[in-house]
Amino acid sequence: MHISPTIKKTLRVSKTCFLRKLVIASIAVLGYHHGALAAPSTAEVNTTGLAVTDDTVKVGILHSVTGTMAISETGSVQAEKLAIKQINEMGGVLGRKIEYIQEDGASDWPTFAEKSRKLLVNDKVAAVFGCWTSASRKAVLPVFEQYNGMLYYPTFYEGLEQSPNVIYTGQEATQQIIAGIDWVVKEKGAKKFFLLGSDYIWPRTSNKIARKHIEKLGLKVVGEEYYPLGHTQFNSVINKIKLKKPDVIYAIVVGGSNVAFYKQLKAAGIDMTKEKPVLLTISVTEDEIRGIGGENIDGAYAAMKYFQSLDNPNNAEFVKNFKAMWGDDIVIGDVTQAAYLGPWLWKAAVEKAGSFDIDKIKEASPGIELTTAPEGYVRVHENHHLWSKTRIGLAKKDGQYQVIYETEELMEPDPFPEGYQ
Amino acid sequence: MSRVEIRSYFPKSDLVNFAVLACLILIVLPLSMDIFRLNLVGKYLTYAFVALGLVLCWGYGGILSLGQGIFFGLGGYCMAMFLKLEASDPESTKIQSTPGIPDFMDWNQLTELPWFWEPFYSLPFTIIAVLIVPTIFAYIIGVAMFKRRVGGVYFAIITQAVASILTILIIGQQGYTGGVNGITDLRTLLGWDIRTDSAKYFLYYLNAILLFACLFFAQWVRKSKLGRILLAMREREDRVRFSGYDVSNFKIFVFCLGAAFSAIGGAMFTLQVGFMSPSFVGIVPSIEMVIFCAVGGRMSIFGAIYGTLLVNWAKTTFSESFPELWLFAMGALFIGVVMAFPGGLAGLYTDKVLPFCKKFIQKTRSGKKPQQIKVGPPKNDELASPDLAAVK
Repeated sequence: MHISPTIKKTLRVSKTCFLRKLVIASIAVLGYHHGALAAPSTAEVNTTGLAVTDDTVKVGILHSVTGTMAISETGSVQAEKLAIKQINEMGGVLGRKIEYIQEDGASDWPTFAEKSRKLLVNDKVAAVFGCWTSASRKAVLPVFEQYNGMLYYPTFYEGLEQSPNVIYTGQEATQQIIAGIDWVVKEKGAKKFFLLGSDYIWPRTSNKIARKHIEKLGLKVVGEEYYPLGHTQFNSVINKIKLKKPDVIYAIVVGGSNVAFYKQLKAAGIDMTKEKPVLLTISVTEDEIRGIGGENIDGAYAAMKYFQSLDNPNNAEFVKNFKAMWGDDIVIGDVTQAAYLGPWLWKAAVEKAGSFDIDKIKEASPGIELTTAPEGYVRVHENHHLWSKTRIGLAKKDGQYQVIYETEELMEPDPFPEGYQ
Repeated sequence: MSRVEIRSYFPKSDLVNFAVLACLILIVLPLSMDIFRLNLVGKYLTYAFVALGLVLCWGYGGILSLGQGIFFGLGGYCMAMFLKLEASDPESTKIQSTPGIPDFMDWNQLTELPWFWEPFYSLPFTIIAVLIVPTIFAYIIGVAMFKRRVGGVYFAIITQAVASILTILIIGQQGYTGGVNGITDLRTLLGWDIRTDSAKYFLYYLNAILLFACLFFAQWVRKSKLGRILLAMREREDRVRFSGYDVSNFKIFVFCLGAAFSAIGGAMFTLQVGFMSPSFVGIVPSIEMVIFCAVGGRMSIFGAIYGTLLVNWAKTTFSESFPELWLFAMGALFIGVVMAFPGGLAGLYTDKVLPFCKKFIQKTRSGKKPQQIKVGPPKNDELASPDLAAVK
C-alpha cells in the first residue's frame, strides 16, 4: 500500500482523529483491491529471488551482435525486442513491464557460456531469449541446468536433446525433413537423392535422418558430402552431382558458404527452374537469400515452418509491425519468426502458472497454445518443442518464397526419433 | 641453494612485486567479489599462464609464437577428455544408442570409444598428458624449425598455420573431438562436482597457486644464466652461436616451457569453465594472447598477469555495457596502450610510476642518499634492437 504525500498532508491537517483513521482505512482497502486487480504481490509470484519487482521483470537477450553470426542473429534480436515491446504495450506480464538486458555472445561459444552465467547469477533474469547455433546452445545448456534458468531457443536444429530448462521454438530435424522429403517424393516423383551439407552436427544429423527416411521409402541416396563451415569451392561436388544425376539435391549448406554454392551451381549450368534436378534445402531462409541473390536461387525449394510471404492475418500484422519498428527493407526468415514466439510463449507460461518461478513455468509450458503466432497455431509439446506445420516454399527472383504446400496437420516434434538414430 | 643465491634470484624489488600480486590474487580479489565474478577472474588467470610463457618465449627469447592457443587447447582438451569420460558413464547416457560413450560420438554414429580416448579414464595419466602432449608437440615444432634456423616472422607464420590446421582437424573430426561444439557438459572430477561454489573457490585457489609456481619458475629462468643467454640470443644470435652455445636447443627449451605453461592454463580453464572448444585453438585467440602479453609488457612476468587481467576485465565490462559497440572500445584500448606506453603496463610502471615514487621517497628522507641496487638484466629499452622495436 502506498499513500501519496499530498494525502498524508491532508491527513495531518485534519483535526478529527476518527476521521483520519477512517480515511486511512478506506484508502487501505481501496489500495489493496486496486493492487489485487492489477498485479499479484511480488512475494507471491516470485519465490526464488528472480529480478521481479512490483512493476518490472527482467529478462535476458543473448545473441551474437558482433562476429560472423551477427548477420543471422540480428533478426532474432529484433524479433524479440518487438515482442517485448508489444507485450509491454498490452500491460506486461502479470502486471509487470518487461525490461531486457542484452548481452553479446560475440559468435564465440565460451562467451555465450560466460554471458549466460552472468544473466542468471548476477542479473537473476526470469527468462533468457537467445542462442542461435547448436554450439552456443550446447555451451550454455549446462549453465541453465545448473542455475535453473529458462532458455527460449529459436533455431531449427538437429534434435537429440530435450532439456526441461529450454523451450525449443524452432523445428527439430524430423519436422523439417520428413515432411519435405515426403512432399518431393510425392509431387516430383524423386527417386535419387544427393545429400550435401556443411560439416557440423546439424547438417550431419539432419542428413542421417534424411537418409534413413529415404531408404525407408525404398529410394536411393547417390551421394553424401560435407564441407567445412565457410567453404567456398563447390566445383568438385557440383561435378559429382552432374555425374550422378540425382533427382533431388538435398542441401544443408550453412552461412556464408551458401553464396558460393548457389552461384557456382548456377554457373555450372544446373538450372533449378527446370524439372530436374530439384533443389531442396532446409538451411536457406529469406535472410540468406539476401546474400545469395534471388536470381541465383530462383526455383529452389525450402522446407520450413515459416516464410515471410505466408498468407494469414497474424502474419500480415507481424510483418507490418516488424517493418514499422526496423525499417521497410528488412526481410523476415524462419528463425526470426521463431524468436518472436519466445517472449509470447514465456508470457503465456507465466500467466498459466501465475508465477515467475522457473519450476512452475517448466511445468506449465506443455500444452500452451498460441493462436496469434505469425506461422499460425502452435502448441508446446510435453518435450518442450513446438507442434507446428511444415511448409514448402519456392524461391523467387525477388528474394521471397512462394508457399506452395503446407502439411495438413501439425507435425509432432520428436527430438529422439526411433529408428532414425 | 645458499641464501645469497636465493637473494640473487629474488631481488628485493621482485619480492615486493610477488607480494603485491599475491595479495591481490589471493586476498583482495576473493574478498571483493562474488563467486561469479571471481570465477571469471579465475578464467582470465588461466590465460595469464599463456601470457607468462610468451614473456619468456617472446620477450626474452625473441621467439614470437602466434600459435600458443595450440598448447592451451591441447592441455584443455586432455583435461576435457577425462572429465567427459567421467560424465558419460553408462547410467547417465542410457538414452543413447551406444551407452557409455560421450554423447557427441553417439551422434556421429560411433559405436565404440576410439583407442586414444581409452587412457583418459585415468586421472594420473591425464595429468601427465596435460603436461607432456603439448610439450612433445612443441618439441617437434621446435626441432623442425629451430634446427633449420627458421625464425622471426617465418616462425610466427608457421605457428599460425599449425594453429589453423589443428582447428580444422578438430572441427573436421567431430566424431572424435566434438567438432565445433567442443567437449561440453563436464560435471565431476572423481565424483567431486566442479560446478558448485565451493569447488569454484577451490579451483580458483588451485589455479592461483599453480600460477605462482609457474611465476617462480619463470623468475628463476629470468635471473639464471639461461635467461641471460636467451636475451643475448635475442639480440645477437650469431655471436651466441660463435661463443659455442647451441642456440637452437635454448630456443626449443624456452618454446617447450611456454607450451607447458599454456597447457596448465588450458587444463585449469576446462576445470573452471566446464568445457573446451576449438575456438581456443585457432589463430584469433592465439593472437589475443599475444596482445595480453604486449599490453602487460613483454619483458615483465608480472606485467603479463596484470595485462591479461586488464584486457579481459575490459572485454567483459565493455561488452556488458555496450553489447553492440564493445569491439571498437577494445580496439581503442589496444591502440591507446601501444601508442602511449610501448613497454606496456610494466613499462608504464618502470618509466613513470617508479621514478615518481623514488623522488617522493627521496623528498621525504632528504639527506639520505638513495641506494641503487641493480641485479639481473637491464631494462628492455636499453637493449631493444631496431627490428624488435618495430614488432613492439
